[in-house]
Amino acid sequence: MTSDAEQRPIGIVRALTLLLACQLAGEVLVAAARQVVPGVAFPGPVVGMGLLFAVLVLRRGAGRSLEATGGALLRNLSLLFVPAAVGIVQQGDVLAAFGLPLIVALLASTVLTLVVTVYAFLAVARWTERRRAK
Amino acid sequence: MSPEIVQIWVYLSASPLTWLTATLGAYWIGDAVSARFARHALANPVVIAAALLAGLLIATGTDYRAFFDGAQFVHFLLGPATVALAIPLYRNLATVRRALLPMAAALVAGSVTAAVSAVGIAFLFGAPREVLASLAPKSVTAPIAMDLAKSLGGVPSLTAVLVIATGIAGAIVVTPLMNTLKISDYAARGFAAGVASHGIGTARAFQVSELAGTFAGIAMGLNGALTSLLVLLWLALAG
Repeated sequence: MTSDAEQRPIGIVRALTLLLACQLAGEVLVAAARQVVPGVAFPGPVVGMGLLFAVLVLRRGAGRSLEATGGALLRNLSLLFVPAAVGIVQQGDVLAAFGLPLIVALLASTVLTLVVTVYAFLAVARWTERRRAK
Repeated sequence: MSPEIVQIWVYLSASPLTWLTATLGAYWIGDAVSARFARHALANPVVIAAALLAGLLIATGTDYRAFFDGAQFVHFLLGPATVALAIPLYRNLATVRRALLPMAAALVAGSVTAAVSAVGIAFLFGAPREVLASLAPKSVTAPIAMDLAKSLGGVPSLTAVLVIATGIAGAIVVTPLMNTLKISDYAARGFAAGVASHGIGTARAFQVSELAGTFAGIAMGLNGALTSLLVLLWLALAG
């Protein structure tokens, strides 16, 4: 990975190819796993994340073009959820049909999950810090 | 309107180009508003953009499918963006390694809380069985959640709505909530956002800090895996 190779415009093409290839391999692995265990629910892209991570470990880093392309995607991650979010605005009547209970359950559960998760994390983090300090 | 303009509109409204442009433009506005309010949690760019677009669809009588023909190009990038989460994960590997035990504890506690509390509250309100089954995987990323809802006897399309709503609720609530609780550990904050509200929470976490975003991304992936396992276990025990 020389730096002038990274600067050529082909860099973004290579980075996208690597990202898509990892996703594709992830989808194939999930499909194969479904043949063996029919109930398996797992998205290919998350498996692809694991595969790219393995690539990064082997390559000892992402390199400039992958950093730039991946960074551009992640900095605009919110944009990528807009089409799906428009779908829910359109289906607002579905939420309304099940009424208040569903909305209350959803909101209360989300707040509760955030609080429980963050305190579980902090409690164990403090415990491991203390053990390490000993 | 003159007939020529109507004809041009008839052509444009059916073209993917129009709705792809509108999606990017709406997000541009949403992001500008969010930046104007110093990335305040309530000025969520996803919510602003989606509301603008939904208003536009209603005003022009366009159905969601025509809109999605254009917007799908943006939607498609969710896949490679999820893969790209490996990059900050690798960059922050030292911090992540030190947090393995806290993450494991937080994952189990959060994953169980998310499903049990949602189903419990809706059950107390007398929600029907298929609604409970659709609600159980609401904190998990949409493709997994819809599969899980199906195997639990829920309605996948209802689950999709609940998942997105949970994501938006978490993304709006997480920053003010954590500030109120005076929690300054951004790894812990991000992890909670990812467990409670999957990708939309992760997107919010990346707005706040890269470290928070990294931990949110890990949490999203792990919560998908653990919830799937718990559902398989539940089905084995209940069936």
